[in-house]
Amino acid sequence: MTRYIIRRMLWMFVVLFVVSLITFTLQHAVPGGPFDREKKLPKEIIANLENKYRLNDPLWKQYVDYLVDILVPRFSTEKEVPSLLTDALIRFDIGGVHVKWMNFGPSYASRARTVNDIFKAQLPVSAQLGVLALCIALTIGIPMGILAALKQNTKWDYLGMSVAIFGVSVPVIVLGPFLIWIFAVSLRWLPATGWGTWQQAIMPSVALGLGSSALIARLTRASLLQVIREDYIRTARAKGLMERLVVIRHALKNSMIPVVTVLGPLFAALTTGTFVAETIFGIPGMGKFFVTSIGNRDYPVIMGTTLLYAIFLVIANLVVDITYAWLDPRIRYT
Amino acid sequence: MAVQESAIGQTLERVKIKERKQASLWADALYRLLRNRAAVMGGLIAIGLILVAIFAPWIAPRDYATQVLADNNRMPSWLLNVFPSAKGYVQISEGYLLGADYVGRDLFSRIIYGTRVSLSVAFMGPLIALLVGTVYGTISGFFGGRVDNLMMRFVDIMYAFPTLLLIILLMAVFRSTTQATVPGTLRYTLTSIDARVGGMFFIYIGIGLTAWMGMARLARGQILSLREKEFIEAARTIGAGNVRIMVRHILPNILGPLIVAETLAIPTYISYEAFLSFIGLGVNPPTPSWGSMIAEGAMSIRSYPNQAIFPAMALALTMFAFNFLGDGLRDAFDPRLRGTGK
Repeated sequence: MTRYIIRRMLWMFVVLFVVSLITFTLQHAVPGGPFDREKKLPKEIIANLENKYRLNDPLWKQYVDYLVDILVPRFSTEKEVPSLLTDALIRFDIGGVHVKWMNFGPSYASRARTVNDIFKAQLPVSAQLGVLALCIALTIGIPMGILAALKQNTKWDYLGMSVAIFGVSVPVIVLGPFLIWIFAVSLRWLPATGWGTWQQAIMPSVALGLGSSALIARLTRASLLQVIREDYIRTARAKGLMERLVVIRHALKNSMIPVVTVLGPLFAALTTGTFVAETIFGIPGMGKFFVTSIGNRDYPVIMGTTLLYAIFLVIANLVVDITYAWLDPRIRYT
Repeated sequence: MAVQESAIGQTLERVKIKERKQASLWADALYRLLRNRAAVMGGLIAIGLILVAIFAPWIAPRDYATQVLADNNRMPSWLLNVFPSAKGYVQISEGYLLGADYVGRDLFSRIIYGTRVSLSVAFMGPLIALLVGTVYGTISGFFGGRVDNLMMRFVDIMYAFPTLLLIILLMAVFRSTTQATVPGTLRYTLTSIDARVGGMFFIYIGIGLTAWMGMARLARGQILSLREKEFIEAARTIGAGNVRIMVRHILPNILGPLIVAETLAIPTYISYEAFLSFIGLGVNPPTPSWGSMIAEGAMSIRSYPNQAIFPAMALALTMFAFNFLGDGLRDAFDPRLRGTGK
C-alpha cells in the first residue's frame, strides 16, 4: 500500500509537470500579449513592463523560472521590502529567518495583486460553495438512488429516475435564472446575489448540487442493484441479518465505488470555482479567473488556476483510489 | 441421397433460424425503444426541434438580428400576468410574443433561430469526438504494448486538464483574428469558414477536441477484447494488413457501443456550447445562441425575467429530449445497464 501511494505520488508530479507544460505552450500560442489595449500603450511603456515581468527572456527560461519560483523555497535573514514579484503563498519565520515558498507570480491584469493574493482571497469562497454543493449532492443523491434500487421497477423507481434525468438536464445556466426568478424576484425569500450570509449560500449551492445529485442517484441505483445480487449479500441474509443492516452495512459500502469515482473530479471541479454559478449569483470566487485570465493573456493567472485545478484533481483521485481499498477489502494495491 | 438432402435441408433451416435471430436483435431494440414512453417522447421532441431548426425562417415572425431600439425591453400584456413584478415600468407592445430584448430584437424569433446552433452542436460534437477518439483508441488498442501505454498515459494527463479551461484556451487560439488576415493560408481559410457559419465551426472543433478522451478509452477497451478473437487471427492468416484488419474487421464490431455512448453525451455538448456562448466565446453576435441569450438576460433578470427564463426553458427542453432519447437507446440495446448514467 505504501509503495503504491509513493508510486502514485511520483506519477502525480509527472502529470502536474506535463499539465503545466501544455498550459504554458497553449497560452503562448494564443496571439496577442498581456499589455495589448484598445488604446495602444506607448512602445516604451510596454517594453518596460515586459522587462519588469521578464517577458523578454526566451520561453524555456520563463517556464523554468516559473517552476523554480513555485518549487524552491527562499530564505533570507533581513526584512525585505514587500514586492509583487517576490511575494509567496506560504510565508513564515523560523528563528529570525524568513521563509517564503510557492510564489505563483504577479497578476498582469490587476497591478496590485499577485496570484497568491487571488488564491488567498478567492479560493476559500469557491471552496465553501463547492463543499456545500457537494453536501447537497450527496444528501439528495445517495438516498434517492438507494430508494430507487430497493424498490426497483416500482413507481418509486420510475419517479426517482425521471427526477434524476430532469436534474441532469437542467444545468446551472438554466437553474440559476429560474431559482432567482422564483425565490428572489417573485417570493422575495432569498437575496438574489452576493456572498457572506447563509441565505445567500442557499440558491447557488442548490443550483450547483442538484445536477450532481442526479448523477449520484443514478450511479448509486445502478451499482446497488448489481451488488445486491452478489453471493455475500445472500450469505448475510441467510445468517438472519435484518434487511436494513444487510443494505446499510454490506451492500451500500461496496456499491459506493462508482459514486466515489465520480466524486474525485466533481470535488476538483466544484471547489476550484465554477464560472457560471459565480457569475449568475454574483459570488466573488475563483471561477471568473479561469475565463478572464485567458482573455487578458494574464499568463501567471492562467497557469495558477490550471495548476490549482490539476493539483486538486490528482489529490482527490489519489484519495479516491485509497478509499476503494477501504470500501471493498477485495481490492488490494501492490 | 435422401438422407443427405434432408441433412442439407436441416442445415438450411438452421441457417434461416439464425438469420431471423440476427435481425430480431435490432427489432428487439426498436421494440424496447418504442415501449419506453419517455424515450419516444424525447425522440418526438428532438424531431420537432430539428424541424424548427430547418424551418426557422418560416416559423420566426421577425428577423433575429433586426434591432428596433425604440422597442427595447418591451413585453406583451400576457407576460405581465406571468411576471407581475414587472408591472408599472415595462412598456407594453403586443407585437412581440415573448417580449423584446435590450436592443429591441424579438426574443421568440431569436429562440427559434437559436435551435440551429444547439442542434448542430448536438450532431457535430459527437461526430468529431467519435472520429478523433475512435482513431486514437483503435491505434492504441491495436498495437498494444509500449505504444498503448504511452498513448493511454497521454489520455490520463489530458483528463487532469480542466475541460472548460482547455476549451476556452482552444477557442482563444482559434478566435484571435489578428493573424488571420493573409488570404491563402490555412488559418485564413478556417477563419473564413467559421465566419460564414456564424462562429459555429470553431465551436465544433473545440468541443470535439476536448471530448475525445472518453471515446478513445472506450474504443481501446473494446479493441483489447476483440484483438485476440479467432476471426482476427483468421484474417491475419490469409494475409490482411493492419489497416485492413482495423477498418474492415474491428471497426464495424465496436461502432455500436461507441455510438450509444456518444448519443448519451449529446446533452453535455449542448451545455458546453451554451457555456461558451455564456462567457462570450461562442457564436459571433448577432447569431442567436441560447447560452448568450441567458447571459444577457441574467444581467437584468430582476427587471425583465422573460429575457433569461425563455431561452433557459428552450435549453432545458432540448436537454430533456436528448437525455430521455439517449437513455432509452442505451436501455434498448443493453437492458442490464438501465440507469447507470454512463
